[in-house]
Amino acid sequence: MNHFLTIEGLPADDLNGLLDDADEFVEVLHRPIPKVPALRGKTVATMFFEPSTRTKMSFEKAAKALSADTMSFSPGTSSLSKGESLKDTVLTIKAMGTDAMVVRHKATGAPWRIAEWIEQPVLNAGDGAHQHPTQALLDSLTIRQHFGTLEGLKIGIIGDIRHSRVARSDIQAFSTLGAEVTMVAPRTLLPVDAAVFDATASEDLDEVLEDFDVVYVLRVQAERGGASVFPSLSEYTDRYGITKERFARLKPEAVVLHPGPMNRGVEIEGAVADDPRALILDQVFNGVAVRMAVLFRLLGGESNE
Amino acid sequence: MSDLILAGGTVLTPKGLEETDVRIRDGLIAEIGPGLEGDETIDCGGAWVGPGLVDLHVHFREPGQEWKEDIESGSRTAAVGGFTAVFAMPNTDPATDSGHVARYVSARGTEVGLVEVLPVGAITRGRAGKELAHLDELWAAGVRVFSDDGDVVADAGLLRQAMDYLAARGGVISQHAVDVGLSSGGYMHEGSVSSLLGMSGIASAADDVILARDIRLVEMTGARYHVQHLSTATGVDLIAGAKAKGLPVTAEVTPHHLAFDHTAAQTTDPAYKMMPPLRSEDDRAALRYGLEIGTIDIVGTDHAPHAAHEKEVPWEHAPNGVLGLEWAAAVVNTFTDLDQSAFYDRLSVAPARIGQLDGQGMLLAEGGRANLTVFDPSIEWTPSTTVSKSQNSPYFGLPLQGKVVATIYQGTVTARDGIAVS
Amino acid sequence: MACVMDTGDMDRAIRRIAHEILEKNRGSDDLVLLGIQTRGVPLAQRLALALEGIEGSAVAAGSLDIGLYRDDLDQRPKMELGATSVPVPIGGKTVVLVDDVLYTGRTIRAALDALADIGRPSRVQLAVLVDRGHRELPIRPDYIGKNVPTSRSERVSVRLVERDGEDGVVIESREAT
Repeated sequence: MNHFLTIEGLPADDLNGLLDDADEFVEVLHRPIPKVPALRGKTVATMFFEPSTRTKMSFEKAAKALSADTMSFSPGTSSLSKGESLKDTVLTIKAMGTDAMVVRHKATGAPWRIAEWIEQPVLNAGDGAHQHPTQALLDSLTIRQHFGTLEGLKIGIIGDIRHSRVARSDIQAFSTLGAEVTMVAPRTLLPVDAAVFDATASEDLDEVLEDFDVVYVLRVQAERGGASVFPSLSEYTDRYGITKERFARLKPEAVVLHPGPMNRGVEIEGAVADDPRALILDQVFNGVAVRMAVLFRLLGGESNE
Repeated sequence: MSDLILAGGTVLTPKGLEETDVRIRDGLIAEIGPGLEGDETIDCGGAWVGPGLVDLHVHFREPGQEWKEDIESGSRTAAVGGFTAVFAMPNTDPATDSGHVARYVSARGTEVGLVEVLPVGAITRGRAGKELAHLDELWAAGVRVFSDDGDVVADAGLLRQAMDYLAARGGVISQHAVDVGLSSGGYMHEGSVSSLLGMSGIASAADDVILARDIRLVEMTGARYHVQHLSTATGVDLIAGAKAKGLPVTAEVTPHHLAFDHTAAQTTDPAYKMMPPLRSEDDRAALRYGLEIGTIDIVGTDHAPHAAHEKEVPWEHAPNGVLGLEWAAAVVNTFTDLDQSAFYDRLSVAPARIGQLDGQGMLLAEGGRANLTVFDPSIEWTPSTTVSKSQNSPYFGLPLQGKVVATIYQGTVTARDGIAVS
Repeated sequence: MACVMDTGDMDRAIRRIAHEILEKNRGSDDLVLLGIQTRGVPLAQRLALALEGIEGSAVAAGSLDIGLYRDDLDQRPKMELGATSVPVPIGGKTVVLVDDVLYTGRTIRAALDALADIGRPSRVQLAVLVDRGHRELPIRPDYIGKNVPTSRSERVSVRLVERDGEDGVVIESREAT
């Protein structure tokens, strides 16, 4: 593995291998001194061309827990605003000396372009509505921790799948790991060609809700201009929100996940988010562990020399 | 007096195909017959000899964006690709919306002298889609094809005015048929690949609804109408329907829509980004078939140079367009079943006719102008370089069948075996 | 290839080490055995059983993976991470690190680093099945199953029923590297 760009095409063995490593990093993170020297002397650059405080912090925490140094790039204060091209920015940061680049970009495929320009490993921290592979790992890890396996689980992904990189990566990871995935959304928020995913599609949440072992609630991206894809937030909540009433109808052992940040009262009711069966903070914690696993996989070992 | 002999090729004449020689003297075809000798001979054994290729759709970027291409580099690229005439689209800076810009473009083409450069005039002033361009001035400067290419003439009322104004004279409206509402915010064909990538797509209907609308306007106005870069199977059907009604409608397909479908875009490599986007495998098959049976009249390259730094960006940020002139003939030969006559028809005779161009696109006859292209359909090669100023080719690394061996413009060799002769 | 220990030799060595541990620490109270991944882990389990057999009370045994503490990560092929499982808090305890072969001492150095991140034992001791010499760091074992003089070009291979289906220690010569 030279880069970590996508879940697409990763076999179950590879996914499970990364999750196994992540389990060990969960143990590390529970130690009194949650830090190991594995990547001492390495430098990880976090380059978030699209702002995301939490994912960036999670990657930085992961790098630091492996004793790597971090440098970070944020477009707001950078030469990008002076018109520097992405390629020049990347080559400039490479010249400073970095062993890996963690890239978040709102343009699809940006991490792939960067991987063409530099020889160091590139980690995709989210590109467009395309892929967010470490999110899929942390979600898979959270579900695996809870149920022991994803094999045979019924997972409903609810919300704006069309514009969600989380959904794309999750659907691919969950189905590869043996889960049965259902996409639930109004037609305007489902992929135009839903058949490209190993998942079924439904527009009626109430019809399929009670089948699910895992309810994965996507964030309503109001910044996408909700008005053109559904009539109003309240109508969305009526049809697709995980309310207390819908939560009560779930199987008693079913759990709820959300990638954050949540719109309480829109896609998820506050009381559901705070229920012990909502694993949202576990997801956040596991995010650090899976990112350690990926960084260690890319940087810990001779093949990167 | 210097005689150039094209020896032993299969020559496309009004009487059909003949394996014979051609003598070129004083810019004219002096003699066609066996056993000719002259000062210089090009061995055309096994190759096709036909009229010089004509491209109804190129972007030479001059004036205004000469870092991408200019009339000189564009002419050189055209010559290497076998072209003796090209129609330069008006999306320059300033746009070709007035007589003096049109005259500049053709004069500059004449000065370079490698290929006839015909300016396409804008339909609307500044290509802004608000009011008519100086159509009379453009006409007087020799413009016969009018287009806002790069942008659709979205306002049907305004388009109707242009059609009414040009119909009687026989000016051609060349439409970049893409609906703004259906395409805005989209970056590639809407389908399985865009769904997988999470990229906003451009539905095929974006092209079809404008084409259907425009055909109705042609029916009303009687204007000559040419649809650029047809990309959908439905579009092929619409054209077939319009032609069945006898409407003065013609259609064009690009080499890249024959060579690729949207799966090429899955890499998000901007070398495959253009408008209209690469569409489905079914669309591509319909386009090939449409070209073969003549529903689609011509191949137009939509040669659209962009500098390396402009394409070395993520897909969404990259400009639309790819190079095409150098490989169009080979791509057509590789991806369609056109025989020699049909090949020269789609790449020379028909585009010259649509563009109302004299002395080009003529089957070879003694006394005719010596604008010729020799194409060897048996050469297998893989492009890796270009003579364009830009490098945005989707064909690098793609094995092709057939190659332009020689281009002769006004009796002079302008390119041999991929090298421009200056 | 020479066999230097068979299954009987190994059993006897482990029983003797158990006695030595008890003698040195005056019993098994406050003892925690941590086997170093991978073959130290079953050895620690065996040692724990031997100690329980003698003393009659269970001794905590766990595992320690030192992959993240190696000083030669860049020179080695990538390895799967093994489990680190510390059964009880080690603060104030006597930790006995258990490994199969003691060689350069770098693994033990890494294990001591790992241990320091996990807790603060009052004492750390080292038990190895085979000491083959060639130390590169000032590390000395407290309990040794067998001293096996070797040359650097030889490879000492410990095989355990739990992992390899059979017990035994063999020395193989390999091409000088």
